Amino acid sequence: MRVALLNRALVGTGAFTVLTVAPAMAQTATKIDPADTAWMIAATALVLMMSIPGLALFYAGMVRKKNVLATMAQTFAVTALCSILWAAVGYTLAFTGDGPVIGTLQSPFLRGITMTAISPFAKTIPEALFMIYQMTFAVITVALVAGSVADRMRFSAFMWFAALWLIIVYVPIAHWVWGGGFLGTAGLLDFAGGTVVHLNAGVAGLVAAFMIGARRGYGSDNFAPYDLSLAVIGTGMLWVGWFGFNGGSALAADSRAVFAIVATHLAASTGALTWMALEWWTRGKPSVLGMISGAIAGLGTITPASGFVLPWHGIVIGLIAGLVCFWSCTWLKHACGYDDSLDVFGVHGIGGATGTFLVGVFAARAIGGTAGLLEGNGKQVLIQLYGIAATTVWSGTATFVLLKAISAFVPLRVDKQSEIEGLDVTQHGEALQ
Amino acid sequence: MKLVIAIIKPFKLEEVRDALLAIGVHGMTITEVKGYGRQKGHKEIYRGAEYAVNYLPKIRIEVVVAADEADKVVETISAAAKTGQIGDGKIFVAPIDQALRIRTGEIDVDAL
Repeated sequence: MRVALLNRALVGTGAFTVLTVAPAMAQTATKIDPADTAWMIAATALVLMMSIPGLALFYAGMVRKKNVLATMAQTFAVTALCSILWAAVGYTLAFTGDGPVIGTLQSPFLRGITMTAISPFAKTIPEALFMIYQMTFAVITVALVAGSVADRMRFSAFMWFAALWLIIVYVPIAHWVWGGGFLGTAGLLDFAGGTVVHLNAGVAGLVAAFMIGARRGYGSDNFAPYDLSLAVIGTGMLWVGWFGFNGGSALAADSRAVFAIVATHLAASTGALTWMALEWWTRGKPSVLGMISGAIAGLGTITPASGFVLPWHGIVIGLIAGLVCFWSCTWLKHACGYDDSLDVFGVHGIGGATGTFLVGVFAARAIGGTAGLLEGNGKQVLIQLYGIAATTVWSGTATFVLLKAISAFVPLRVDKQSEIEGLDVTQHGEALQ
Repeated sequence: MKLVIAIIKPFKLEEVRDALLAIGVHGMTITEVKGYGRQKGHKEIYRGAEYAVNYLPKIRIEVVVAADEADKVVETISAAAKTGQIGDGKIFVAPIDQALRIRTGEIDVDAL
């Protein structure tokens, strides 16, 4: 079927060449595959939907009523701001050139990305599509961090943080892993962002939560979520969107994309069931927040592994994700005393690191071309640990320095009265009635 | 005239309303309120964080009636709102000095 289609395409382009006498163009046109392009356009839209409204709803449903709009505003504004910055400098710094640490500035403001341009990282789709697909990853990573500092960070400080963090933290790590940098060269397996997206956002969130401090009343006041039904809707959108996130990371409409999607879906399912069961067992009731937390944990954890492991590995990885993320959110956080408001570290940081490690264990040569520990390649586990360490060190250090620098100009946190009154009315002049 | 204030379980509201209609009480004001008495609150758990919810939702009914009808109204509400479980609520009765229907200017019992 596929071969037949390809032949027809070739015949078609041959005719095109004769008619227009433009062999160079025709040659480029044969490279862009319509099926791949169609799927990647859809995948891009799915990943954008994960941020707005998926993550916006997921986060907003978990905060108190007085901070719902402010929490949505963070995700929404980050989407707009980081999209512009990605087109301006982010993309070119992450995905052009093959320096070990950072890319080049050869395509600022998308210069040179023509209708026929193709990135060496995605050889069958237009480069502009690869650029905007990667943009949606950059956006959601920055937006994820907001969950750690929800209910108390000043909006202006968060905007400065989002812009600078994108360039200083996200872009280099994306380049290291996916843009020809030293982690990719070392053989790190990260299909869709266990290190680049989840561990990165989780570590940054943890550092930010420590630096900004706990919410006023943390541990004594009632911080019950305003409306968990919003969070359930958001989780559903994230789950569906994740098909584009992990399936799209195949960068082609092929079996690998499908296998990534199957593993993703199974991991989300077992993650949700595992967390639900643990809560039922330890607390007596299977909470809705527990189910959705488990689903997100499974999704975040399978992210680096999807596209490298067999579908049934998704079930195992989802189970492990449910266990470790439940432990980190309900025990580790309280034992260490930090107030990571919406558990960005507990779910995404721990999940991202766990998944990045597990891909080294489960990687199957038949799926992604690389074997893991179970197929006799123990060295892969060490490479994965190297990737986790490098991401953690850079994300943690750079986030710390960046927040210190911003706090010299803008207070990171709103004043006491504003925090009590709520960020909706004090930061945005609006409120839910 | 008497003001009858009843704090009842929210799901009992319609039964109370029907019972009051049946004895000829054709108006009331209700408010969604929170509070606690002997029925303490409950515990909610979010990702391992436990919060005590001390105030439970209740409905507060206010009805103003002629003084000689107050006892019957109290009995009716009491019968309709009762489940026998802790948390059924309370009824208070207080005197009212004056009443006025804004549209017509009728006063006191005529205004009820």
